[in-house]
Amino acid sequence: MRLKLKIWRQQSRSAAGKFVSYPMDDANPDMSMLECLDVLNERLIEAGEDPVAFEHDCREGICGSCGFMINGVAHGPLPATTVCQLTLRHFKEGQELVLEPWRARAFPLIKDLVVDRRSFDRIISSGGYVSVSTGSAPDGNAILVSKESADRAMDAAACIGCGACVAACPNASAALFTGAKIAHLGILPQGKPERDVRALRMVAQMNAEGFGGCTNIGECTGVCPKEIPLEVIAAMNRDYIRGSWRERDNLVTTIRPFTEWSTGSKLKVDRATE
Amino acid sequence: MELNSRIPSGPIERLWDETRFNMKLVNPANKRRHSLIVVGSGLAGASAAATLGELGYNVKCFCFQDSPRRAHSIAAQGGINAAKNYQNDGDSIYRLFYDTVKGGDFRAREANVYRLAQISVSIIDQCVAQGVPFAREYGGTLTNRSFGGAQVSRTFYARGQTGQQLLLGAYQALERQVQAGSVAMYPRTEMLDLIVIDGRARGIVTRNLVTGEIDTHLGDAVILGTGGYGNVFYLSTNAKGSNVTASWRAHKRGALFANPCFTQIHPTCIPVSGDYQSKLTLMSESLRNDGRIWVPKQKGDTRPPDRIPESERDYYLERRYPSFGNLVPRDVASRNAKYACDEGRGVGETGLGVYLDFADSIRRLGRKTIEERYGNLFDMYERITGEDPYAVPMRIYPAIHYTMGGLWVDYHLMSSIPGLFVIGEANFSDHGANRLGASALMQGLSDGYFIVPYTVGDYLASNKLEKISESQSEVGNAVALVEQMTQKLLAIDGKRTVDSFHRQLGKIVWDYCGMSRTAGGLRLAIEQIRELREEFWNNLRVPGSAADFNQSLEKAGRVADFFELAELMCVDALERNESCGGHFREEYQTAEGEAQRDDDNYSYVAAWEYRGYGSPEELVKELLEFQYVHPSQRSYK
Repeated sequence: MRLKLKIWRQQSRSAAGKFVSYPMDDANPDMSMLECLDVLNERLIEAGEDPVAFEHDCREGICGSCGFMINGVAHGPLPATTVCQLTLRHFKEGQELVLEPWRARAFPLIKDLVVDRRSFDRIISSGGYVSVSTGSAPDGNAILVSKESADRAMDAAACIGCGACVAACPNASAALFTGAKIAHLGILPQGKPERDVRALRMVAQMNAEGFGGCTNIGECTGVCPKEIPLEVIAAMNRDYIRGSWRERDNLVTTIRPFTEWSTGSKLKVDRATE
Repeated sequence: MELNSRIPSGPIERLWDETRFNMKLVNPANKRRHSLIVVGSGLAGASAAATLGELGYNVKCFCFQDSPRRAHSIAAQGGINAAKNYQNDGDSIYRLFYDTVKGGDFRAREANVYRLAQISVSIIDQCVAQGVPFAREYGGTLTNRSFGGAQVSRTFYARGQTGQQLLLGAYQALERQVQAGSVAMYPRTEMLDLIVIDGRARGIVTRNLVTGEIDTHLGDAVILGTGGYGNVFYLSTNAKGSNVTASWRAHKRGALFANPCFTQIHPTCIPVSGDYQSKLTLMSESLRNDGRIWVPKQKGDTRPPDRIPESERDYYLERRYPSFGNLVPRDVASRNAKYACDEGRGVGETGLGVYLDFADSIRRLGRKTIEERYGNLFDMYERITGEDPYAVPMRIYPAIHYTMGGLWVDYHLMSSIPGLFVIGEANFSDHGANRLGASALMQGLSDGYFIVPYTVGDYLASNKLEKISESQSEVGNAVALVEQMTQKLLAIDGKRTVDSFHRQLGKIVWDYCGMSRTAGGLRLAIEQIRELREEFWNNLRVPGSAADFNQSLEKAGRVADFFELAELMCVDALERNESCGGHFREEYQTAEGEAQRDDDNYSYVAAWEYRGYGSPEELVKELLEFQYVHPSQRSYK
């Protein structure tokens, strides 16, 4: 099949970027979007040009490495599918596909379609865990967890951290990502002791990273390859408010979440590569 | 070289306890003064880095991905074994130990496997406490399923994403230590050499994949958790980035590489659809519970499957193995699919595929039941192939999935270079010639959470480590070597891309050192690999520069190492004149066509010592003794 790829090319963060068009006259409908880029890159290299940089690893939709906008939609048109599993048969003959990187202040660009998502790691690092050191665990069946809770926790835990939610959000908010971890751990009895502090810290870090606020638009869940439900954001907000009240004497700086000036000073944001 | 596996003597159930008791401890106040380097952030690497950080060591952890959460452990679907006996069905540590030694076709160390089975129960506890959302019964207890031919239900799982959930547990533990300041994380950083000073591993040379900067990191011990080498086949179920570079460069610095020819093929993958194919997608083996595998009886029968009448179909597994039928072990199922295709009876456009047909099960159980059991797998199949498996039989073909071989380690998981520890799939230790389903996750976490944190401490406490500095010649030499190689790759300026070489190399290895091997084929493969490697070093084109985000350059370095490994795999396969587990030599089979082991002559670990570029590697044998599980012939008739 014939396709026209219009791809964002940018050598580095400081360089100027632009769209470049590449005709793909012999694409195979069974190819994945990434395999189509592989074929293009082979040709570019043979022609002495710089191949298109894009992120990928497992190519089976679970590692969360890949992702870019296709015609303005994060991961393209197919629901619950990352670009590595998106086959070309879902496009029309002769269609133009515009490929752009995730665009968000908290995801600085590295090259072409590759962005830096370390802000997600820092959000997890700020409190997205249960503080249990190796060796100190009770027997696995010592604490019962209802099937319903385990299933709901799993729904939230399925997040692959790809960043599509941020890219799709007009505010570039990371509420779905952050909420997914807060919900996953908050639902389980193992995560309850730190539930308040976790929500406070993670939300504060999210804000400090420069992600926008959530205004309940729902684009995030619409593009999410793992269909993380919007209710995780409600869970985050509830835990945040509850935690703000219960921890009011301890964490003064974080009880004013939605304004940037109140959060930055005590939080570490590593922007070494900027 | 003499190998000392440091397996203590005594009753097997006491070995690990006694080993731990005899270990020297590092004073808690001194731990902070020890710098440890962990390379890789999968189940093994992340769990080790987190645990060592919790203990108070000063840890640096490296991964080539943009985040430690992306390591390929994340893609494991099925589950993790543990001898909890929660189902009261007769499981025990001894049974898990027995099944693993037997499943490994008697080519693993008993002491290591027993320890793995012992530790398995603590892993589940640890992961539950971290908030891993394992599947539960309505009463709130953990649920299990049976897996990989085991007759007990000992596999714990989190939907079809067990690897993801376990890895996120380890990743979160790691990020907690990053926050605590005990672990410094270096994502997008690739290890390119090992620094050995006075015979001990003391650091690594790395390349920052964004800026291209070459750096050195020194420490008191280096721990590799860098995964397997399945990508030597180009097409595999591994992630595209998975590579052997860290292990291979350590091998070239003196670490022995054990059993490289022991590779595992998974029978149920989606077949190749064209030349552009970049990787193979695995579908859970559970599909074989209700699907029937067949090919047309006639060669070159191109009729669509529904036009081939029942009498003209060959359900070859049911025919050859009446008692196990479609549920024979992975290696047997894979090999028979290959034979059917070699005979020209394969299906699909490429002829490399066999049918996995659910029509009978759908008739018997109803579509709804099949949907409940396999709905997500059927969806995935349809997404990739565009065919509806409820209406048309699935097409499947085997693919490389796991590598049992790896760097040789002793009972302490230390390689033949003192101070270099190797954990998870990167070492060779626990699976012998064949790994059982749901055992890889168990081994990665066992090594990382519960073994290496102790054994590293013992190493630090028992050895006087000299002070070292960046200015020592060993450090400078290692950096120079890395820089030279980078420049060399960029300077060739030939015509062919890295991927084109990798694809061709993979095909050679797959054809001659894949599902079945012959002496003649392996000799031919060695010749072809050498020729192609020669061309690689003369006709490769790597665009861009070294001081750049250069994905082609990253790949070129990895493929260069795969070339050397590929040859060693063939040498190892040629040397092992027997069939066992994943290693099937056509010359050595029983009258019924089953693998024929030769315990009298090959009951050993083949560890290979590097002797310089182009020189043959030297074989060092570690003899295996079986005191508890007595070698027997596997039979699935």
